Amino acid sequence: MKGADVDIVGVSKFFGSFQALKNVSLSISKGEFFSLLGPSGCGKTTVLRLIGGFEEPDSGTIAIEGKNVIGLPPDKRHCNTVFQSYALFPHLSVFENVAFPLRIRKIPQQLVREKVMRYLSLVQLEMHAAKKPSQLSGGQRQRVAIARALINEPSILLLDEPLSALDAKLRQHMLMELDAIHDKVGITFIYVTHDQQEALSVSDRIAVMNMGEVLQIGTPRQIYENPATEFVARFIGETNVFSLKILSIDGTKIYGEVDGLGPMFVDDETDAKPGETVLATIRPEKIRISADLPNTNGGRINVLHGIVAEPIYSGFQTKYVVQLDTGMMVTVYRQHANWSEGIPDIEWKDEVYLSFSASDMVIVEMHEQ
Amino acid sequence: MKKQVGLYYSLPQIMWLLVFFAAPLGIIIAYSFLKKGLYGGVEPQFSLEAYTAMANPNILIVTWRTLKMSVIATILTLLIALPCGYSIARSQNQAMRLFLVIVPFWTNFLVRIYAWIAILGNEGFLNDIIRALHLRSESVQFLYNQTAVILVLVYMYLPYAILPLFSTIDKFDFTLLDAARDLGASRFQSYVRILLPNIKSGLVTAGLFTFVPIFGAYAVPLLIGGKDSYMLGNIIADQLTKTRNWPLASSISMTVTILTTGLVFLIAMRKPREQKQVFDADPGLITPVASGGR
Ligand SMILES: Nc1ncnc2c1ncn2[C@@H]1O[C@H](COP(=O)(O)OP(=O)(O)OP(=O)(O)O)[C@@H](O)[C@H]1O
Ligand SMILES: [Mg+2]
Repeated sequence: MKGADVDIVGVSKFFGSFQALKNVSLSISKGEFFSLLGPSGCGKTTVLRLIGGFEEPDSGTIAIEGKNVIGLPPDKRHCNTVFQSYALFPHLSVFENVAFPLRIRKIPQQLVREKVMRYLSLVQLEMHAAKKPSQLSGGQRQRVAIARALINEPSILLLDEPLSALDAKLRQHMLMELDAIHDKVGITFIYVTHDQQEALSVSDRIAVMNMGEVLQIGTPRQIYENPATEFVARFIGETNVFSLKILSIDGTKIYGEVDGLGPMFVDDETDAKPGETVLATIRPEKIRISADLPNTNGGRINVLHGIVAEPIYSGFQTKYVVQLDTGMMVTVYRQHANWSEGIPDIEWKDEVYLSFSASDMVIVEMHEQ
Repeated sequence: MKKQVGLYYSLPQIMWLLVFFAAPLGIIIAYSFLKKGLYGGVEPQFSLEAYTAMANPNILIVTWRTLKMSVIATILTLLIALPCGYSIARSQNQAMRLFLVIVPFWTNFLVRIYAWIAILGNEGFLNDIIRALHLRSESVQFLYNQTAVILVLVYMYLPYAILPLFSTIDKFDFTLLDAARDLGASRFQSYVRILLPNIKSGLVTAGLFTFVPIFGAYAVPLLIGGKDSYMLGNIIADQLTKTRNWPLASSISMTVTILTTGLVFLIAMRKPREQKQVFDADPGLITPVASGGR
């Protein structure tokens, strides 16, 4: 991509005989908030370490700001890292931690003081400059790590699960602060996380990884609404997957059959031919649950019948796990916005109908394994 | 109630200290303040002669030399032990490498000194090689000088420095070095500015573990050294066996003990204050017992 800030092409990485990255290609634009999302051990940290210069790829190229950086040591690369464990220097004060990059560059004391205080105020830590890292809370440590990584004014900031050590409330708060800092400094953020909510809420684009491979790159909306593979669909939020045998295709209007459930309508693009089997998915919040048979008016609406196996109340919504007549479990979310509007309560063991539109269904790639 | 139970449990240790540490020390202190016997031993008569006799220029020269050699040997030992401890801590098979460091301990101290004589001697291994390569026709005199003594002392006490350094470096978080590199430090800068300050307690322990026994060295300078490498340990032994001046031997021993424990004490005193700010949990400073040397 032209104007890309970080360009990774066909990178593979082995640790001994174990292949940690398989032909990874990423193109990240200037100023973008780009997330790497995937389960533990999928190779997210390895990608960051390759960009930061702590590891070298076994094949492929990495370019930062248009320059090939293969072989360049970390101190010669124009990017800085917020480490998973923060890696604050325990023997130095907060001030000296943040000042460290300037001390290395032998910046005069007066300038150091000014600049460090400016960056400490960016993360609201001016009050704690004299403390040692061990005297700070988790959130404060994380902010020191951010200030320290930003003070050299890198063009790229690499963040390795910076919020994973924090509790849920603080995590939400720090995420918003990170987003605000990103807006303020305007540099490229490459953000590693295994938390899909985090990635969805702040990223411009997300790369979903699994077992050393990049499965899909897209905006949060694309990734969520149009997952490319079954893994992506299941990893980002929850989803229901049906094995659909295609009977006929007319443009994007697909008509097929699910074993034991009967006919199903799906509106999506596919390369599959009639007679082939594909995976069709529907998100739980896009399914309507009702006690009575819904009126489909002859539209492309799919209706299934089952029994509530498990209602899980969680305040703003109820999650129903419904057992279909075939035994298959389908998950449905019902928001409580309309709770008071006279819709009868649906409880455990109730017979229910599930209805969803063909246009909300997405066909995803199967995983060969 | 609790206190008494504690006393019972520590009784074996107290007995051990009394018999093997306090009693001999008491005897040495006592002897140093008594009058010299005619054929060794002491006369039961108070005297400060042993201490005034220490002002002898010979003893002062040897004290100064001992101090100098100990400092040089300790610094060399640390310089070698530091990369060793670091590489063991970072290696995949730590157990194997630690084992290799400890193996020489299974051989007797004196045997290892003789092994060095076999290597460095005039008809030794090294000279055989030199002759075989026709570099020189004459043997090179490696033994019986200060350099040889320092070399063998470094060899002898290297494991004592490697082990505490290893255990401190092993607890060090190596991502701190990555972070330093990330923030612009060269490899060397990351070691000096980040690694060294964080393993200070290991360096101090390793330094004491080598300096204290080397300061009291006896066998190595006796067997490897020459006239220029006589150390305090040798003078003490001479006073006991040749000159038969037991009070003087005792007063010199006292001086060595006071100097080394004083050093340990000084370092131990200034340690906790500094450490408290740096670490939550202090790996702790193990202070070696001042050794009379062997
Ligand atoms: N230095 C190494 N030596 C051997 N294997 C390694 C090394 N570093 C990483 N790996 C392996 O490579 C794979 C990817 O590791 P990586 O640290 O990139 O995962 P991750 O996605 O960051 O996981 P997490 O979310 O748990 O941090 C893992 O299976 C890991 O065991
Ligand atoms: Mg990781």
